[in-house]
Amino acid sequence: MINTFEVEETNKMIEKENLDVRTITMGISLLDCIDADLGRLRENIYHKIYEAAKDLVETGNEISREYGIPIVNKRISVTPIALIGGAACKTVEDYASIAATLDQVAHEVGVNFLGGYSALVSKGMTAADELLIRSIPLALSTTERVCSSVNLGSSRTGINMDAVKLMGDIIKQTAAYTKEADSLGCAKLVVFCNAPDDNPFMAGAFHGVTEADKIINVGVSGPGVVKTALEKVRGESFEVLCETIKKTAFKVTRVGQLVAQEASKMLGVPFGIVDLSLAPTPAIGDSVADILCEIGLEYAGAPGTTAALALLNDHVKKGGVMASSFVGGLSGAFIPVSEDQGMIDAVTAGALTLEKLEAMTSVCSVGLDMIAVPGDTSASTLSGIIADEMAIGMVNNKTTAVRIIPVIGKDIGETVEFGGLLGYAPIMPVNKFSCEEFINRGGRIPAPIHSFKN
Amino acid sequence: MKKTIITVVGKDTVGIIAKVCTYLADHGINILDISQTIVQGYFNMMMIVDTNHMDKKFGDMTEELAMLGESIGVVIKCQKEEIFDQMHRI
Repeated sequence: MINTFEVEETNKMIEKENLDVRTITMGISLLDCIDADLGRLRENIYHKIYEAAKDLVETGNEISREYGIPIVNKRISVTPIALIGGAACKTVEDYASIAATLDQVAHEVGVNFLGGYSALVSKGMTAADELLIRSIPLALSTTERVCSSVNLGSSRTGINMDAVKLMGDIIKQTAAYTKEADSLGCAKLVVFCNAPDDNPFMAGAFHGVTEADKIINVGVSGPGVVKTALEKVRGESFEVLCETIKKTAFKVTRVGQLVAQEASKMLGVPFGIVDLSLAPTPAIGDSVADILCEIGLEYAGAPGTTAALALLNDHVKKGGVMASSFVGGLSGAFIPVSEDQGMIDAVTAGALTLEKLEAMTSVCSVGLDMIAVPGDTSASTLSGIIADEMAIGMVNNKTTAVRIIPVIGKDIGETVEFGGLLGYAPIMPVNKFSCEEFINRGGRIPAPIHSFKN
Repeated sequence: MKKTIITVVGKDTVGIIAKVCTYLADHGINILDISQTIVQGYFNMMMIVDTNHMDKKFGDMTEELAMLGESIGVVIKCQKEEIFDQMHRI
């Protein structure tokens, strides 16, 4: 039988160390909503999502009450809208009107984000894909809860450099369209290489075409729990350090598995995956950077950071994999800047640069995430940063992403405030040298060789 | 059997156990196990209870016990057993 020590340990994790389930995300396929008439298409989308997700928020709250574990977000991901709107949409306004429908239904079922205003263009763009991408600035500036993502490359197909170039412009435009709100639109827009079909985390969540009609995916969190566990093994060897991370990740993931199973049962929707990520928030003690400091670094970004992050990421996976029957999504440590107080401190102290962050992304789960740069950064420079990140993902067979915010009207030394879970960020300096001729070449970078790994 | 873990934490005072147990008895909740300690004046109790024949919804019980706790100056939490089982047992 369960003993007092075990009950206390669990409750301490929840109450003092910010253990929570970060998100229950319901994936909903919209393929059966497709219609050549825009009005009917929007109506179909509204009804399908509303019917599937009307109990999602209440179910999440009920599970939270029964087990005493906070479930922070309830969200929805849908089939990439470029595929759904292809037949009906002839203009960017047509596509943006679908975003308006998504925003409306997100409000009505009470979810805080809905992801899937997306296009998958890793090899080439259809006319519909391009139209959707061009509609992103309008869609994100006229909606509140819709998130957008674009997959620009993969290890199997290479990198679509035409789309990379286009996305540099689109990010700039989105920043300009939402300049009154510190370019907040860009915080809801992410580009990927090797985007997973079952990611429950925003802004990159979408419901892949290989998925079932409806699915429940759960993302756990718990950087604070890992940090507290590591405080007890200060000065010990790497063996002890890694074992501690594994055991802690196991416990954290078990909670995610339980919540996913319960939600799946109560909603009558199959359980998809648990995403094993360590997802920070701006709350004190809920930081991945603090774990890196606990491992032995003065600040995140100091020499040794990449190695520390690599071992953290790997052992979170090793511990978590056995705790869940299905693991998927992004799974690993997230290193967003604005959403992590430790990262913000490291940037402010001058310990962490964009280049070091790029190196860190080659060993962890996501990529350059929630990074604010000066508003006058050129579109081609943004494309260059994206291309570098895509290349890391393509060559290493992993997911990488870029969520970068050129904050219009702000420069290095200033701070931008996004509010809530998105946090705040100091504006980071960007390398000033040009890559314009490289980006302007056009075409695509071929897939890498999958042998002779050195 | 559906088991629930009830934890009661707070400053020690007269009648904490009596009040909690009375509530449980009134609503058909059977106590399976109690362990209790007082450390430096702080009362710490864990109960394992059987909620199979409970006459109300889980959420209502949680809320009412939390309110009862507030009235006697302690924090009362109810959680289904599975969360602890999942985390601490393979």
